[in-house]
Amino acid sequence: MNAVDGKIALRSGNVDMTHGGGGRAMADLIRDLFRRHLHNPILDQGNDAALFSVPEGRLVMSTDGHVISPIFFPGGDIGSLAVHGTLNDVAMSGARPLYLTAGFILEEGYPLADLERIVMSMARAAKEAGVPVVTGDTKVVEKGKGDGVFITTTGLGVVPEGVHVSAERAAPGQAILLSGTIGDHGVAILSKRENLEFETEILSDSAALHGLVAEMVAAVPGIAVLRDPTRGGVAATLNEIARTANVGMILDEAAIPMKPDVSAACELLGLDPLYVANEGKLLALCAAEDADRLLEAMRGHPLGAEAAIIGTVTEDPANLVQMKTGFGGTRVVDWLAGEQLPRIC
Amino acid sequence: MKYVSEFRARDLAEKLAAQIAHEVRPDRTYHLMEFCGGHTHAIFRYGVQDLMPENVKFVHGPGCPVCVLPVRRLDDAVELAEKHGVILCTYGDMMRVPGTKQRSLIRAKADGADIRMIYSTLDALKIARENPDREVVFFAIGFETTTPPTAVAIMQAETEGLENFSVFCNHVLTPAAIGHILESPEVRDLGTVKIDGFLGPSHVSSVIGSEPYEFFAEEFAKPVVIAGFEPLDVMQSTLMLIRQINEGRAEVENEYARVVTREGNLKAQSLVSDVFELRQSFEWRGLGEVPYSALRIRDTHAALDAEKRFTVSEKKSREVKSCECPAILRGVKKPTDCKLFGTVCTPDNPMGSCMVSSEGACAAYWTYGRFRETAKEAEEAAA
Repeated sequence: MNAVDGKIALRSGNVDMTHGGGGRAMADLIRDLFRRHLHNPILDQGNDAALFSVPEGRLVMSTDGHVISPIFFPGGDIGSLAVHGTLNDVAMSGARPLYLTAGFILEEGYPLADLERIVMSMARAAKEAGVPVVTGDTKVVEKGKGDGVFITTTGLGVVPEGVHVSAERAAPGQAILLSGTIGDHGVAILSKRENLEFETEILSDSAALHGLVAEMVAAVPGIAVLRDPTRGGVAATLNEIARTANVGMILDEAAIPMKPDVSAACELLGLDPLYVANEGKLLALCAAEDADRLLEAMRGHPLGAEAAIIGTVTEDPANLVQMKTGFGGTRVVDWLAGEQLPRIC
Repeated sequence: MKYVSEFRARDLAEKLAAQIAHEVRPDRTYHLMEFCGGHTHAIFRYGVQDLMPENVKFVHGPGCPVCVLPVRRLDDAVELAEKHGVILCTYGDMMRVPGTKQRSLIRAKADGADIRMIYSTLDALKIARENPDREVVFFAIGFETTTPPTAVAIMQAETEGLENFSVFCNHVLTPAAIGHILESPEVRDLGTVKIDGFLGPSHVSSVIGSEPYEFFAEEFAKPVVIAGFEPLDVMQSTLMLIRQINEGRAEVENEYARVVTREGNLKAQSLVSDVFELRQSFEWRGLGEVPYSALRIRDTHAALDAEKRFTVSEKKSREVKSCECPAILRGVKKPTDCKLFGTVCTPDNPMGSCMVSSEGACAAYWTYGRFRETAKEAEEAAA
């Protein structure tokens, strides 16, 4: 029994097809779980669409699907990650995020208690970020046709006057800055994968970066590029920027911050940390003369305390991202082919 | 990081580089084959070649376990998963290797075959326990390093009575391959590669010891230095090889003494010989048939031998025409000598095995080293 007198059995029940069927069970789930935790004046209107006034200036919009395994990981879960991920995508335009939406695809049989944990985590992340979830959607798929929970979030934000952040603005001579240690999220996730569990204190770095971005934009309004290096890590993100702007890059391996535990886990698994995902870090490109000022602004924020200048944009028609190795040689930091797989010996 | 950073220290690298530059003879070139993909990977990833004089050349050998598996055996694995409906457990870097008509395990998985990437043989046993109504086959590949864990899995499965578990054995042996590179009928077809000395395998040698290379060093008069996989190991071993060559010696020396002994890991060797026996001959991608170069499961453990449990069809397996992997694996050609390199064949669309594994010469060259070619082209254009 999943419903008791019109109340959802959150502690013992599971998602079933009626929760997506458009009837009373679905209405009860929305009321007792989603609205109860995520409530805010716009969501509380109870309409199919959120109604709000549009601020002055340029709007940005970003959407992101979340399909992670495991759903709960050290330092976060799919709920908080869905909020942070989309807020960060909006913030990487230099924007101030205003609103979020959330679409849930639930698999039949998923425990309602776990779903509530996810929604509560999402609500906490949204509240901390000061950005409400103003509308949402719930669908249920048959058992075996999903992976527990999928969440799609969309974010809307407004860009301050005079800020023009875009990958095509990368230009030779600019400095490349990184807000902190790399690979934390990817290693935290790997450490809990079913066939790979290992003991580590590493937590995901999942965090909303718009506060840090606001400080950076205030210090250096002329920031050329902002990007959060999520899937594919720092390597993939820099290659994307290099290709978009038709430039090259040269990185200094010794300058790239990394936690010893992350480094050790990557050694063990034969992974290159440059390709490992982050969820609370950003890369910034700015004019060389602004680099120290931007670095100082970043280090003044808790999420940028370990920020570093890690390289320079170069002129290179081949768009190669290269790295001076800590060993004294040079190598290419290429695109990732497929997904990073461990080496066998 | 303790015991890692010490082997990547830049100041030591610079000292070693200066020592090597001081000791090489300017009137000759040193062709040193690094047999192992692990060494190839280290040379490129850390830019070791940048620290070498012009006349020290690394020749990339066939020691990448993924690269040497012949297409036919990969096709057989795909067939096991697709037609026999088994759960096929495989190490990660086998997933993307192209078989006949570019069919890889990752494509077979996308088409519905139950193929699971595992990190150890214990994972395969766990999957067999959890799926008692399914046949679970472990796709065993690799050199002497990965053979003992396969032997352990076979013993464990017998102890537990896991009747739904079997092993598709493709384990190969290093010394036979080194000998074959230097002296085989194919050498006449592909030409010989000039090799003055070998950086010997590190992890393989931790199991088999340094002794197996002694006959080979004497017979072929080539020095061998067992080298660790860290970049400083590679540089120190290079210096040791240069000294041997300069002094006209051809001995087996052990730079990786912190792990490797002359006799190796006797317990692992005993386990392996209990479970496996030599095959008379085995096909290697790039080397062709190599006598006594691979292992099969002994009859005493036949119940766990997937080759006996399942009948795979006779098939015409084919590599991509024009792919130079065979010559590259022998060190006869460089990746850039292949017409497909960087055009049709890239890590995103590999035509041959050398482009798949991060230890393959082509992938390492493409991923870490091609900027040198770009720089050279720019220099030539400017001149």
